[in-house]
Amino acid sequence: MESYLPILVFVVVAILFVAAALIAARLFRRIGSGSLDRQPYECGNEPESFAHDHQFSIRYYLIAVLFVVFDVETIFLFPWAVMFDRLALFGFIEMMVFLAILVVGYIYVWNRGALNWA
Amino acid sequence: MTQELITTLVKITLWLVVLLTTVPVMVWVERRASAFIQDRRGPNRVGPLGLVQPLADALKFIFKEDITPTAADRPLYLLAPLLAVLPALTTFALIPFGPDVVIDGRTVPLIVADVETGVLLLLALASLGVYSLVMAGYSSNNKYSLFGGIRASSQMISYELALTLAVLAALIPVGSFRLDEVVLYQQGTWLGFLPRWNVFPQFIGFMVFLIAAFAETNRVPFDLPEADSELVAGYHTEYSSMKFALFFMGEYMSMATLSALAATLYFGGWHLPGVRFSDTWYWALAQGFGILLMKVALFLLFFVWVRWSFPRFRFDQLMRLGWKVLLPVGIFNLVLVAAMTLAGWL
Amino acid sequence: MPTVTATPPLLERYPEGSILPQEGLDQPAWVVRREILEDLARDLRDHPETRFDLLLDLCGVDFPERSERFEAVYHLFSVTRKERLRLKVPVSEAEPVLPSLVDVWKGANWFEREAFDLFGLRFEGHPNLRRILTHEGFQGHPLRKDYDPARRWVLTEDKVYRPRPQQPVEEEDEDLFERMTINIGPSHPAMHGTLRVVATLDGETIDASEVEIGYLHRCFEKMSETHTWQQVIPYTDRLNYCSSFINNVAYCRTVEQMLGIEAPPRAVWARTILSEFSRIMDHCVCNGSVLVDAGALTNFWYLFQPREEIYGLLEACSGARLTVAYGRIGGLAADLPPDFEDRCRRLLETIPPFLDDVDALVAHNRIFLDRSVGVAAISGEEAVNWGWTGPCLRASGVGYDVRKAYPYDLYDTVEWEMPVFQGGDVYDRYRVRMAEARQSLAIIRQLLDSGMPEGPVMVEDPHVALPSKEAAYTQMESMIYHFKLIMDGIQVPAGECYSMVEGANGELGFYIVSDGSGKPYRVKVRPPCFPIFSTFSRLIRGGTVSDAIVTLGGLNVIAGELDR
Repeated sequence: MESYLPILVFVVVAILFVAAALIAARLFRRIGSGSLDRQPYECGNEPESFAHDHQFSIRYYLIAVLFVVFDVETIFLFPWAVMFDRLALFGFIEMMVFLAILVVGYIYVWNRGALNWA
Repeated sequence: MTQELITTLVKITLWLVVLLTTVPVMVWVERRASAFIQDRRGPNRVGPLGLVQPLADALKFIFKEDITPTAADRPLYLLAPLLAVLPALTTFALIPFGPDVVIDGRTVPLIVADVETGVLLLLALASLGVYSLVMAGYSSNNKYSLFGGIRASSQMISYELALTLAVLAALIPVGSFRLDEVVLYQQGTWLGFLPRWNVFPQFIGFMVFLIAAFAETNRVPFDLPEADSELVAGYHTEYSSMKFALFFMGEYMSMATLSALAATLYFGGWHLPGVRFSDTWYWALAQGFGILLMKVALFLLFFVWVRWSFPRFRFDQLMRLGWKVLLPVGIFNLVLVAAMTLAGWL
Repeated sequence: MPTVTATPPLLERYPEGSILPQEGLDQPAWVVRREILEDLARDLRDHPETRFDLLLDLCGVDFPERSERFEAVYHLFSVTRKERLRLKVPVSEAEPVLPSLVDVWKGANWFEREAFDLFGLRFEGHPNLRRILTHEGFQGHPLRKDYDPARRWVLTEDKVYRPRPQQPVEEEDEDLFERMTINIGPSHPAMHGTLRVVATLDGETIDASEVEIGYLHRCFEKMSETHTWQQVIPYTDRLNYCSSFINNVAYCRTVEQMLGIEAPPRAVWARTILSEFSRIMDHCVCNGSVLVDAGALTNFWYLFQPREEIYGLLEACSGARLTVAYGRIGGLAADLPPDFEDRCRRLLETIPPFLDDVDALVAHNRIFLDRSVGVAAISGEEAVNWGWTGPCLRASGVGYDVRKAYPYDLYDTVEWEMPVFQGGDVYDRYRVRMAEARQSLAIIRQLLDSGMPEGPVMVEDPHVALPSKEAAYTQMESMIYHFKLIMDGIQVPAGECYSMVEGANGELGFYIVSDGSGKPYRVKVRPPCFPIFSTFSRLIRGGTVSDAIVTLGGLNVIAGELDR
């Protein structure tokens, strides 16, 4: 675990850097005039509703679900890729079977139109 | 222990210095290069050739009024710019920048975090970047920002698949997640004259990686999350002052991250055939760093060149390219590389 | 002048006295009773012997002394038969009601709203009759003669009208709550100038939208009525300010026609050349905007360079770059600079490489093709029904160009082609403009080759042209003419006239009524982008926000001309 310590150090340094930048800006920034400019920008009009008042189209979430499915599949590929030289032909065939199943699912999703935006 | 901490801190500082100079230089390069491409002059007033312009910009950011919309979700609104910089910066902990060197009898690897999980961790960190965009888009409580955030999340997760598949394929012949081993693997030559770089046998994978990298960094032609002519400024519409500057930095840093990753995976990283590394540690360090940065710089220039040459996609076209083209091509490339490795060609 | 009067079979269908053909005007004109207007309009559109398929313009004219105070004037055009007809429908102040012709010509929609806004004419059956150019809180109707031109309204924020896109009737639709209404413009990077679209979105798809204009309205037509004829010219610059010289020409030609004079050959020659250069600029700006809206900023710079260079030429001629005010009734404001021909020839060399560069960058670029081919497509027939003219119409396969159909100035002395494309989409609008810019260069080259005519650039009519300074200082007669022209202005004989030129985005017409005084009685511009932009909601429906943005760029909507 110790070898991961530098990353933690890096994170801390990065946070310090961001904090320093924001503090510097806070010290020198111009103080604003009023509340008119504090409204969400809507092309010069007073917004009649806020973004949070709305629900968003379901299609975007579908993409997220598909991503989770495929990403989990790729997770399985990682150890295989690294162990490839030791697994050799057996591993190759096994993974081809796995990929074939994945591709079947992919074709299914494609045919169902889940990948079509319109 | 203390000694190690000190070397780590020195390495981190090195990266920080390099990155924090890279960003302003990149801003300058982008502006001058775009001016060159567009047949105009570009910034040329502040300092010689306008070189001090980024510094002036930075000062301007510091003195700007910082506006937080009243309707915003404050904690997330504050967290988003931090998350834009943090992952992009931290990924460099995993990029090797030179051969192992010996300092005072101690072998020091020229990488900040020499860990088993290398690339895996790098991808994990890099993919955290999407949170920043989504948070910014959501917390601003602005419809344009929301569109930007939603676009960003769909786009980045879609292209992350292709990116991952391309990286996976590059790892197969190496057999390790460690990027330093990926670099070592690429030393030598193909057929006696080509550098033994992955880009040659894995050209398809490289193309997939490159396209996905453009999408991951939201650069033209994939700049939909901030598409200025459509979404005003997309997810950072409501950001001003230093918070905006942090998004700006984040974008350039993730460009640098992916350029470094591309250089490491496909172009031999810090190594260049024919270059003999010095025995003195600081010379070796300078050589490794220099070569890596040169490759990164070429990639960054490419990013700039593409940005000023292409129109941008529409959202459905972007999705189609990601899911219907890059994903199958990525899988095909994976199988191809596996087969080639099995045949002993790689 | 064309002499066609009423087409007999149509006249017979209607009761005696409901259609009165008027003689002696610049084009056939009928005075029509409003009771038969709707049926007549439909007949005129559909009857094979008339086929007036395009409603060019609709405007009101106010005659306070008449018993039927207002006159609604419709200008019809038959694209297939290349014929024109003017309908005048008198209505009284007590009941200023006319039937709406939106069902006959969709393009009537905004024109009727404009007449309602500026004159208070009401159109029965109009789907959405509300103010269009002035603010919702505005009171009165500014173009009525009894409206004081000096009157000012301060309209404050709280009266901001919120347009509601008309929702498609889908009561059962459960997705309804996912829809979001968003303001695109007026202060939006892609709403060039000051346009506003309120759109209801489902995800990124536009379900319904409503276009709001008038942010740049300054009532040009009212201002014209309070100035002398020559003084109107600088105001015309501010219509389509991307090609201001063409507006000068259009206005001056109309007044010249009413005066019965013709500009001298040298002026006509220069007008033609400068109009074509202006057209090139306008097309460059438009295509540059399309491309920058599609995310390809570099092309914008490439296309702005020719514009910059042409500005240099205009500056040498007139002293101004954007709003040149170089045309004059009877000729030009000043003689051409001595190096005019050299400058023009240099421009002929410098402009083409920029056009070629842009074509090389995008014309076959896959991303741009994906973004533009088939986007916001409209058929020629539908476009005509909406009142389209110009490059946008020619992109939809209808080959109508004023320069070909009614050649004016020197257009019949040069050889050039009228580019027509069939797609009717954003891509073909881009291609038409690129092709036209190249044709314009060909026209200019031929005119330069034919040689610059010698002579003055103003007519030698002391009632129209100012005497030279020297003459005004030394000769009594010239001084009196000078005084009369400055104080009273040109005296244009009473009458009316509609005359048109090919503006950069379509038929740019001026309908002018004169009462014989030194000031215009009524000036109505037929702004080509007004009917085109009225189609916007229809064009973008079902597309994405990105499509809408690219579409807008390709329509070349110039707020100065749209809002007047």
